[in-house]
Amino acid sequence: MTAKLEIRDVHKSYGDKVVLDGMSFDVDEHEVVCLIGPSGSGKSTLLRCIDLLDPLDAGSIRLDGIDITARNTDANAVRRRVGIVFQSYNLFPHLSVLDNCTLGPRRALGVDRKSADAKARELLERFGLGDKVEEYPNRISGGQNQRAAIVRALMADPEILLLDEVTSALDPELVGEVLGVIRELAGRGMTMLLATHEMGFARDVADRVCFLHEGRVLEDAPPSQLFGSPQHERTAQFLRRVRDAGRI
Amino acid sequence: MSAPDPQPSGLPGGLPRRRSFFQSTADMLRQEGARAGIIAVVSTVVFFGGGFLLVVNSPNWPRVRDQFFNPEDFRESWPDVLDGFWLNIELFVYSMLTIPVVALIVAVMRSLRGPAFFPIRLLAVIYTDIFRGIPLILLILLLGFGVPALDIDGLPNSSTFWGMVALVLSYSAYTAEIYRSGIDAVPESQRSSARALGLTQWQSLRFAILPQAIRNVVPALMNTVVSLQKDVALIAVLGVRDAVREAQIYTTRTFNYTSYVVAAVLFLALSIPLTRFVDWYVARDRAQRSQTLV
Ligand SMILES: Nc1ncnc2c1ncn2[C@@H]1O[C@H](COP(=O)(O)OP(=O)(O)O)[C@@H](O)[C@H]1O
Ligand SMILES: [Mg+2]
Repeated sequence: MTAKLEIRDVHKSYGDKVVLDGMSFDVDEHEVVCLIGPSGSGKSTLLRCIDLLDPLDAGSIRLDGIDITARNTDANAVRRRVGIVFQSYNLFPHLSVLDNCTLGPRRALGVDRKSADAKARELLERFGLGDKVEEYPNRISGGQNQRAAIVRALMADPEILLLDEVTSALDPELVGEVLGVIRELAGRGMTMLLATHEMGFARDVADRVCFLHEGRVLEDAPPSQLFGSPQHERTAQFLRRVRDAGRI
Repeated sequence: MSAPDPQPSGLPGGLPRRRSFFQSTADMLRQEGARAGIIAVVSTVVFFGGGFLLVVNSPNWPRVRDQFFNPEDFRESWPDVLDGFWLNIELFVYSMLTIPVVALIVAVMRSLRGPAFFPIRLLAVIYTDIFRGIPLILLILLLGFGVPALDIDGLPNSSTFWGMVALVLSYSAYTAEIYRSGIDAVPESQRSSARALGLTQWQSLRFAILPQAIRNVVPALMNTVVSLQKDVALIAVLGVRDAVREAQIYTTRTFNYTSYVVAAVLFLALSIPLTRFVDWYVARDRAQRSQTLV
């Protein structure tokens, strides 16, 4: 059986700077994979490349066995199957929470307003934003923004959800509510690939953890093994540093 | 006074209460306070009164007064100049409605990405370079006299029309740059987010980027309107009988310049309220923007 998402020997540079240097790993259906690694190790770049927001230099990314980085791919069709949420939630400031959620389905998928609204209200309700439906992004908290951004990404029923350090821009007391949402999604079997600095959360929720170093996957293991007995000195070093910074 | 209210003029939700234009002007005067008010009045009287006396007592004042501020000539030239001024207003309104549209199209053409759109981008760049590079008065002369002289079938033949086209082309080139700065000011991540939802490039612009961009530049656009209102007077170089041209005709006939003052008064009557309104609007806009929670 092929994996849901296959990253194969992916290369990407910005100018002289090599960011992804032969990265490979898989994400199976219903699996939650966490990407950890020092900042600058290419986590965000990889996620952007998977959603075809940035082109690869070499290598391939396969979704259900089909290469989505091939030249003749319909990028918009891929983006509808893959959801992504960014660190700085990026809700559209001129639209209400509801309209933020329905913009994609209505314009990209041609869903009519009524059913898009109904679906958005239901999802927002489920993630505790039932009373913020009509609010504008600058009138709600960062945590609420980020939860709304997750709902927005879920509106198209993505087959896989990419999350890029979705709690890093939040005040500490708001982190929990967003992690709660991700935990619920994991519980429902959502396939997810997430870059995170929340090691405790990764240990809890991930099926596998990939440690990235200099554009490669240096270590790919279940959380108990990667956090308990890392095989590489680099991984151990990184974990020590994170631990010293009080992030575990 | 009781405990300090963190937002004295705010509604419970934190939004600034909407102040009408007149209310806020009155507020401004009230805030100056009584003592400050007296000082302001006295210094204003001294300053302007002094200036007035200086002018009135200058040796040539009686002659200047008769030539520029003659009540009889004022009355006599008023109807014709006013008649011409309606043409200025007409030009102003038509171009004010056209410019934002043309400019937006140019700005959008220029911000399309990808190699396929290169020719469109190039076209937009050439357009802005050319029409920003030619002085407006020259452009009005070239189009206003040039195109009617070509006498092309199916094209309007009036100088007024082509003068207005010149005005629109030139102002649209500037306004397109204003839009573009507004588009550039929208964070790149907003574009990524829109594309990530599966929206096409055009949909991303239309639904995610442009609404923010336009909101960013409304104050700048309004200032352009103020200067457009004055530049419609340049149409006079075509001999079109607008306010300035009518004033000129009167002067040639009577050797009296009061008609120019009439024209100036008419333009001021329009531009002062307009400028006050724009200033008020921009200040309100700034206040609203600084009132966000995040
Ligand atoms: N658009 C870009 N242009 C140039 N360099 C970039 C760009 N995006 C990312 N980089 C560089 O790529 C490297 C990896 O960045 P990133 O993928 O954001 O890492 P991470 O998310 O792991 O912190 C960084 O050194 C960053 O400076
Ligand atoms: Mg990152």
